[in-house]
Amino acid sequence: MEDVVNAVVLVTNFLVVPATAYGCQLALGALGVTLVYGVLRFSNFAHGEIMAFGAMVTILVTWLLQSWGVGFGPLPTALLALPAGMAVTAGLCLLMDRWVFRFYRRSKAPPVMLLVVSVGLMFVINGLIRFVIGPADRVFTDGTRFLLTVREFKALTGLSEGLAIKTTQTLSVVVAVVLVAALFWFLERTRTGKSMRAFSDNEDLALLSGVSPEKVVAVTWLIVGALAAVAGTLYGLDKSFKPFTFLSLLLPIFAAAIVGGLGNPLGAIVGGFVVAFSEVFLTYPYRKFLAYLGPEDWRPDGLVQFLSTDYKFAVSFVILVVVLLVKPTGVFSGKSS
Amino acid sequence: MSFLVGEELTGGYGGPDILQGCAIAAERGEITVVVGPNGAGKSTAMRALFGMLNLRSGTVHLDGEDITALAPQARAHKGMGFVPQTDNVFRSMTVQENLEMGAFVRDDDISETLDEVYGLFPALKDKRRQPAGELSGGQRQQVAIGRALMNRPRALMLDEPSAGVSPIVTRELFERIVDIARSGVAVLIVEQNARQALELADKGYVLVQGRNRFTGTGETLLGNPEVRKSFLGG
Amino acid sequence: MSDFPATLSARAGGMLRAPRKSALFAAMAALICLVGVAQSWSLALAILNLCLISAIMTLGVNIQWGYAGLFNAGVMGFAALGGLAGVLVSMPPVRPAWQAGGAGVVLALAAALVTIVAAVLVHRRIRQRGYRKLAVALVVVAGCFAARALFDPAVRAIEAVDPSVTGYLGGFGLPIVFSWFVGGALAAGAAWGAGKISLGLRADYLAIATLGISEIIVAFLKYEEWLSRGVKNVFGLPRPVPYEVDLQNAVWFQEWAATLGVSQVDLSSIVVKLCYAALFALVLVVLMWLSEAALRAPWGRMMRAIRDNETAAEAMGKDVTARHLQVFVLGSAVIGIAGAMLATLDGQFTPTTYHPLRFTFLIWVMVIVGGSGNNWGAVLGGFVVWYFWVEAEPMGLWLMDFITSPLAPDNPVRSHLMESAAHMRLVVMGLVLLLVLRFAPRGLIPEERR
Ligand SMILES: Nc1ncnc2c1ncn2[C@@H]1O[C@H](COP(=O)(O)OP(=O)(O)OP(=O)(O)O)[C@@H](O)[C@H]1O
Ligand SMILES: [Mg+2]
Repeated sequence: MEDVVNAVVLVTNFLVVPATAYGCQLALGALGVTLVYGVLRFSNFAHGEIMAFGAMVTILVTWLLQSWGVGFGPLPTALLALPAGMAVTAGLCLLMDRWVFRFYRRSKAPPVMLLVVSVGLMFVINGLIRFVIGPADRVFTDGTRFLLTVREFKALTGLSEGLAIKTTQTLSVVVAVVLVAALFWFLERTRTGKSMRAFSDNEDLALLSGVSPEKVVAVTWLIVGALAAVAGTLYGLDKSFKPFTFLSLLLPIFAAAIVGGLGNPLGAIVGGFVVAFSEVFLTYPYRKFLAYLGPEDWRPDGLVQFLSTDYKFAVSFVILVVVLLVKPTGVFSGKSS
Repeated sequence: MSFLVGEELTGGYGGPDILQGCAIAAERGEITVVVGPNGAGKSTAMRALFGMLNLRSGTVHLDGEDITALAPQARAHKGMGFVPQTDNVFRSMTVQENLEMGAFVRDDDISETLDEVYGLFPALKDKRRQPAGELSGGQRQQVAIGRALMNRPRALMLDEPSAGVSPIVTRELFERIVDIARSGVAVLIVEQNARQALELADKGYVLVQGRNRFTGTGETLLGNPEVRKSFLGG
Repeated sequence: MSDFPATLSARAGGMLRAPRKSALFAAMAALICLVGVAQSWSLALAILNLCLISAIMTLGVNIQWGYAGLFNAGVMGFAALGGLAGVLVSMPPVRPAWQAGGAGVVLALAAALVTIVAAVLVHRRIRQRGYRKLAVALVVVAGCFAARALFDPAVRAIEAVDPSVTGYLGGFGLPIVFSWFVGGALAAGAAWGAGKISLGLRADYLAIATLGISEIIVAFLKYEEWLSRGVKNVFGLPRPVPYEVDLQNAVWFQEWAATLGVSQVDLSSIVVKLCYAALFALVLVVLMWLSEAALRAPWGRMMRAIRDNETAAEAMGKDVTARHLQVFVLGSAVIGIAGAMLATLDGQFTPTTYHPLRFTFLIWVMVIVGGSGNNWGAVLGGFVVWYFWVEAEPMGLWLMDFITSPLAPDNPVRSHLMESAAHMRLVVMGLVLLLVLRFAPRGLIPEERR
């Protein structure tokens, strides 16, 4: 019996907890992609870099705060800096729209043109980030590292397996829940939010109902920028900040958005968790887990790992392919026919 | 001058001109009907009146004011309502939200108008919380018209409101439209059911290849042998 | 989708006057000569060779984007497959590795194949819904386990064979020039898969699918050591041209250098690079000729018709998805060829060098700058952009040095700027892409109206 409990704790510690935190981060990223798609009708390849940009601004402000001796007690100082990161990133998005996207929107360019343009922006932002903060790996967490350490857990339960919960993981979940709740309240309950949904549902009809496209687009970019900054910061806090990783995050983020149906915010959240859990569960070696469940003194020969962690991006890709083959509009039927 | 007037409307979708100088006018409290063969440019003319087409030339006036250069959302502010032929509801939004979107440009209390619309289309009241995309064709058409009414328009344009609606519902729909017109709205309808629509019409236009072919009261058009032969099936 | 921007403007522009084309190419030649005079001829030829390869890659992307409006975000992966072909074709087979695990790997591949066939058969046979998906899933999972059971020990055995030198299966020991065809074929195969899945859906899906495929290809090449040594890299791919040392040891060469009055080392390096340049130019000319012929043929006219108005083309009974798949596979094959040529020129295969900035993105800048839809433009774009990409580094450093010269040498701002100057290349290239798209969407040599 104790073996079974140990096995469950093992899975919780190495799979469920990290996958939940990662799922929150992906969901926030996918929300940004899906909102842009719903309102502006193109796949924004610059989204990963927008996230990186937000994280970078947060890091810079964090350093500034730290140099002033400002801290946030047990929580990371970055949390104090986050609003600044969100604001600056939202500003960046507005500028991008004003200087780049608006022209193509007004000239009614096909979506693929906007996509190419977003690729151009992606590299400009990537270059700027590396110019400002450099390509190196940055760890910027401070405060208490763990909410629950392995030692505490073992002392508490007397089990041989430990369970640790990092502050950053908890933070990812809490911040994501708060933001998503706020976003849905905005979309469902406010006039502007409804006009955004209406615009995304049927642009022509929204126009002739009196919705101003420029306003909807601006609000969308503001939200997307803020969400991206949060997603990037949470990811950076949980892992570490490295400009390159955000380019590779693009694939799981798009996979998450497509699984849920591009343009569908609820779908993006579900998609984020689907991708995160599949990625973590399929690349975990189950050797120890099976050893707990199997007979006494028995261990499997190999690692019992479906896929090496090197291929974690392959998981998102396979999910993407399956969805495209089986139900291209996504599980929650987005607007992607 | 009539209340809503489009004159010398010329333009299309970037290719050849679909509209070739057609003129349409609608009077408050009256029903004006536009009929014509498929592809004549009826829907295009509606879009032109609402500013959703790049006109090469021609003008649109509302209540004597030149609104040719106004964007669609500005026309909504001026009190125009439009029910397009297709995609005329927000499918993912509930019936109630669709109606609220119709009142988007209003800042005052909309509950009274909401009651009026539900009074006009009682079936919608029970389906308030249902996404409009899940409704039947007739109910969807009611939502679309209701959405346009929520703005308390002074001029209402309906593009084939009877499309996909059973004959019984159509008759009921037309009765409602007559009520709306009698309340002082300038109603402009494009109709496939030419005979039925012209019977209601105070004025009618027959549009062919982007040009006015016949104009007159509903009765004269119905009585015109040429119109009967070509457009009303004898 | 009737408003593909390049065409609209091409219509307004009409025929391009030939002199402009010649003048631009002449200017390009002059720029390369300038490097020869100012820096060194060996460097100029090195740039020329990479320009030629870039031009071929650009030609491939232009076939996809310019002819058909398809966005390929996975150029990197297709180029890497070309590089893999270089290893598989040219390196000698590692017999001990084959003995240790060759059979296992082959069997594992066979098992994977059987699984796929079985899954397809099951899918066809079972009619009940739900039940069918379950059965297919079961077959696939079982097949995966079987294949892994065969594969894992074989891989371990192969990678244990003299890991510091080989540890992989090696290649077929054929002349490396064959790898250019094989690379094209590999890339075409991958493109077929990606296209089959994502074409016919929204345009964006192809971009996302190719992005994914290219990431996975590169990950595969990095981590599958039994195949191409992964990050341990494969060095010393056999060359299609003579080695410098051999030249320097040949008597006729020594005499030739003496009569020219240049050092043997310099001359040998130049001769080798010229040989490469001749080979690459030959490929470019052949591909160029084929592309131009295709563009002029009814096929090209049909592709443009589809690109300019998909709905109308579909209404006329054209199978748009099938044509798109065709053009996508063709373009990717050309990219694969260029990838194999690049590995040939480098003489090594290093999976970590496949970076999306260097491959996918830069190639895109080349196409857009050159003029999408025009093969000559694509080639010129390949030359121009590669040239400035290489030369931007010294220029950028020089510029930063100049800008920061009022600051003290040890000023932190100055040293940060100097350090980061290299990253400005990315910003500049991104800006070039955005500015050209916005203000000169037709590029240097606009698409001709035919
Ligand atoms: N969005 C569009 N882009 C290009 N051409 C269009 C578009 N919409 C309509 N057309 C063309 O304009 C012409 C007139 O179309 P319109 O919809 O105005 O006709 P209609 O009189 O409303 O016909 P119906 O009775 O079928 O509704 C047709 O030839 C049609 O093909
Ligand atoms: Mg119509």
